[in-house]
Order: sequence, then C-alpha cells, then structure tokens
Amino acid sequence: MTADPGLIPIGGERRIPSDRLQDLIDLLRQDDYSVVGPTVDQEAIVYDEVTSVDQLPRGWTDEQGPGTYRLARREDDALFGYVVGPHSWKKYLFPPLSTLSAADRTEQGWEMRRVEEAPPKYAFLGVRACELAAIAVQDRVFAGGPYVDPIYSGRRQSAFLIAVNCTQAASTCFCTSMRTGPRCCTGFDLALTELPGEFVIEVGSDRGGTLLARLTTDACSARTLAAAEAARQQAVDQITRRMDTTDIRNVLLTQLEHPRWQETGERCLSCTNCTMVCPTCFCSTVEEVADLKTEHVERQRRWDSCFNPEFSYVHGGLVRNDIRSRYRQWLTHKLASWQDQFGTSGCVGCGRCITWCPVGIDLTEEVAALREKPACP
Amino acid sequence: MPVSPALAPPQGDIWTPHAVRIVDVVQDTDDTRTYHVAFDDARQAARYAFRPGQFNMLYVPGAGEAAISISSRSRSGSPLLHTIRTVGNVTGALERMRVGDTFGLRGPFGSCWPLEELRGQHIIFITGGIGLAPLRPAIYHVLDHREDYGDVALLYGARTPDGLLYEGEYRDWIADGLRVQVTVDRADPRWAGYVGVVTLLLDRLPLSDPANTHVLCCGPEVMMHYTALSAFRQRIPAQNVWISMERNMNCAIGLCGHCQFGPSFLCKDGPVLRYDRVAPFLPVRGL
Repeated sequence: MTADPGLIPIGGERRIPSDRLQDLIDLLRQDDYSVVGPTVDQEAIVYDEVTSVDQLPRGWTDEQGPGTYRLARREDDALFGYVVGPHSWKKYLFPPLSTLSAADRTEQGWEMRRVEEAPPKYAFLGVRACELAAIAVQDRVFAGGPYVDPIYSGRRQSAFLIAVNCTQAASTCFCTSMRTGPRCCTGFDLALTELPGEFVIEVGSDRGGTLLARLTTDACSARTLAAAEAARQQAVDQITRRMDTTDIRNVLLTQLEHPRWQETGERCLSCTNCTMVCPTCFCSTVEEVADLKTEHVERQRRWDSCFNPEFSYVHGGLVRNDIRSRYRQWLTHKLASWQDQFGTSGCVGCGRCITWCPVGIDLTEEVAALREKPACP
Repeated sequence: MPVSPALAPPQGDIWTPHAVRIVDVVQDTDDTRTYHVAFDDARQAARYAFRPGQFNMLYVPGAGEAAISISSRSRSGSPLLHTIRTVGNVTGALERMRVGDTFGLRGPFGSCWPLEELRGQHIIFITGGIGLAPLRPAIYHVLDHREDYGDVALLYGARTPDGLLYEGEYRDWIADGLRVQVTVDRADPRWAGYVGVVTLLLDRLPLSDPANTHVLCCGPEVMMHYTALSAFRQRIPAQNVWISMERNMNCAIGLCGHCQFGPSFLCKDGPVLRYDRVAPFLPVRGL
C-alpha cells in the first residue's frame, strides 16, 4: 500500500526555508482565501489581511506586563518572534458589527426579512495555541448549544487555520496553568515552528495535508526536528505566571461577598478593555439602525461588555450598578460559571486582559487573593 | 476544523422576527394593556406553539425588542395574548399602537412551568402585580385539566385594588375549582378583602399535604425570597418551589450574555427555575 501522494498525513512534518513562506500565502490566495496575519500598525502587532510576507512583523517582538505593551527590535529576522497583541481572531469569526435582520414599512405594515451574509473565506496565519483554544471555546458558545449563530458558524466552517508554535513567552502568559499551550496540539490545519531561516510545518487535518502536498517542501532532518522541539521548549521555560485552577468554580462562586471585589472594584475603571481584547468574551447587543423616516430599519449586532453599566438594565434600573459587581460578574463568569454553561473555562491564559488593563489588574493575582479567606468573614 | 453544522433551530431562523398584527387591545389597568396579536403569515400561525411560562421577543422597528411573557392559553387555536406594562422604549412604542398595526415577534423562548411533572400534586400560584401574566397560561392549563391536579390556589397581591389584573376572570376561575385569595397593600373605600403582603396569605393557607404541594411564584426577587421562606415554614420542600426570574433578555437564545444570573442564562435555562438551584445566588446584591 502506498501513501496518497496528494496528501501528507496528519502528524506529518515537512520543512520549508523562510524565504518560501510566500508560496504558502500565494497558494491560499489562489484557493480564494483571504489571508489574515500579523502586521505592525500603531505600534502594536495586530491582525490584518496580508498578501506578502513583507507585511509580517519581521524582526519585531513585543514586551508585555500588567498595563504595558511595547514593540521592540529583535536581533534576528524572525517573522513570528512576538507573543500576542490586542487583536484576536474573534473579530473575524464573530465580527464586531453585523446585520441580523431588516424591516421595511409597507402599506400593509412592517415586513421583516433575514439579512444573510455570504461568509468570507479566511485563512488565519499565525494562530497561537491559546488562540486555538479560544476558538474551540467560542465554537462551544456559538455552535455548541441548541441555537447556532449563523454568522459565526458560516465563517468558522470555511476558515483555514495555520498555527504558529510559540518559541518565547511574555511575562503575562499563563497558558500552562490553563492547559492550553504553548504547544499547538489540536484544532489547526497546519502548524508552523519557526527556526532561524526555516519553518517546520506539521499537518493537523486532511485539508492541511492536501494543501501542504501542493507546496514544494523538504523532509525534516533529525537535527531540524530537535531544534524545533528545543525552540518550543524555550516558550514553556519562559512562562513564569501561574494561576491555581484547583476547584476554581466553587472557590469563586462561594466567595461572592469577599472584600477583594470591593478593593478591585475601586481600581477597575470599567473601561471594557479586558472584554474587547479577550479572545473568548462573546457578549453582544443589538441596535436599531433606521433611515431618516424610519421606513427601513436594520438590526445590527455589535460587541458589548459586562462592564458597560446599561448591560444589566432591566425595567428602569441597573442590576449591576457598581464596578465591584461588574468586575465580579466578569471574573466569575470567565473562570467559574462558564464551566456550568459551556463545560470549559472561559480563560485560555493568553494574558491579554492583564496587558491591556490600563491599571494593570491581573486576574491571576485576583484569584490568589480570592483564595485567601477574608480577615473578617 | 469541523464544527457542528448549523442545526435547524427550534424556531427556524433565530434572528428574524415574524410580523404580527394587533387584533384587539384590552386596557387592564392605568399602565397595563393586553394585546391580542395574530401572525401575518398563516404558516407561522399554524406552526407556532408555546408552553406556559415561556416568553416572546416583541420587536418595534426603530425602538427595539423587549421580552414579554405570554399570558394566553397554550392550547392550539387560542388567541395569542401579551399583557404589557409601559416601562421603556419598546413598551412605550407598543402603547402608541392601535388595532391593525403590525410589529415583530420572535419566540417562544425559555423554560416553562413544570405542569406535566406536577400532575396529581397540589399547586399554589403566588404572585404580585404584573407577575400574574406569566402565570395565567399555567392557571388556564390546570383549570382545563382540573382532574389531573389536587388542590389549587392562587394567592395574588397588588399595590391597590385598581392594580389587579384580569379581575373579571376570578369568578370563572373559582367556579372551575381554583381557590383565589387576593390582597392589596393599600385598600380603597370599596375594598373588603385582605390588606398586606401576599406572603402572609401563604403563611395562613391551610395545607392538607405540604410534601406534595408545589409553589409556582413570579414577582420581584425579594418577594420570591420571602415566598420561599414562607413555603418552608409551611413544610413545603425546597425542591417544590419554582420561580420565574427576569434579567435583561437581549437575544433570548443564550448568545448575548446579558441575562446571566450566576451560572444560568435566564433566557434559556430560565425564566422558570427551581428555587433550590438558584437559592445561593438570590440574596447576592448586584449579581
């Protein structure tokens, strides 16, 4: 029996020199994918459509800490030598703004109709392990329950995922605590490991294997494979932040009156940054967008945040009328009640909420503090 | 990566409202009206079915959507009714509508009162003000199947006698075998009934068999909390108490995050919940 020459099997690894990564982008574009990858904009590494490897953040890295993010020059030409920026892939699968339905006023009254989109066909280049985990979390949210969101699932089903294994970590990373990384193990079509001057490409799906078979690639030498393993291990070794997740659901849901909520509520600005950068936060609201005579009205869904006061509005009042209760809602949802709702934590350990919090609130610190019994119960 | 293919959701397209037309409007109290509506699309009218306790999202283009419980008989062929108090944008826009006007409807959504499970049991409905609206389909169901249930009682409170809903129906309900007790916070000169909070009626209600008595409750959270305490004093087990809760229902399908109450999405796990499953969260302010 011979292997199908048109398919590299799942788990198979091949090698390409760095200067041939463009071939991969070209091939995807030939197949009508819109390729989205990392690029430098406004002093941050963000995701945008790319047509050329020259748009990738060659030679850049990011330095992150609570409330701080800076780009810095690397000493090499690495294309994926950064960790994660403020964007996540959720903005492509769960767009910040989308139209749900439309209503037209006629002589007989209102007529309502569905507004369907032809889902764009995306290839994501540079998905980290924590981001693969985040996509798996959102799959459960939007497509795993009795109601499936047509916008998310349409975009998700056609998306081609090219992961990149981390070879370094930021001080804010804690994927090892959340068991989501840094190694890309599942959920990708192809996974790259970047080495000086070359990439090792691992196949994660038949679709990925078929595509890779159409590229000119080399076999990996034992030395290359060992170097790739060492590079990936370096990311593991650099992770210093930890979150103790032992029994975390019950710990948080039985500490709803802990004085720490008040203390953190006084620091938190309720700015919504954490929820905007979080790759799993999924809250949304719907707005009416009408023409001047209110004869044609569309319903537009846009991202919302549990930190917006009006988020909890119900008949004339706000349920969560202080920042303490809004922060408590966010953290207990993310780490505790998410498990009841979706059978998984809502946190993947990417550290974005720590980096992009203007006052540097660190959820790993919060969890540690909430585990301490309050002084006066 | 494969994800589960788009399921045929229970109501077809989950986001698009169906046009309904106002057939009749009954003024119940100063600020509350009952709207009888019918679907423009005959196929949708034939397909539509709900269970007592569920709600619809009513949509006024330009104003938005509001979650409104269904207050009619669930038997097929019955007129579809919503009892609406004017409190905000959407209910304000509905107030300005007249017979023949159209608006949008998505639904039904949410959990229902456990009426099938309660066959052979005694039932106490306890509610205040507009909270009677989501219980009325359950009352109709029990009275339409009266032989399936034991003792049934309605304990109902309103601020004033003018605030009582569906007053013209109590006589029929009593004739059909429902014990009805009504109380008000402030009496007027014509009032000859009870005065005081509705939980006092539960405290005083003689029960023959508390272990097989179930409480179906809808009202403000603090009222439901005291109702449960009163039920426990009457030796009704915690798992026999059911409540209907309210939060900001925005999408009604568990996708928008607004209606969370602890681990529950009130739009799909609720609005009807078993009291003991949410009891630890009820006293927490701002949850």
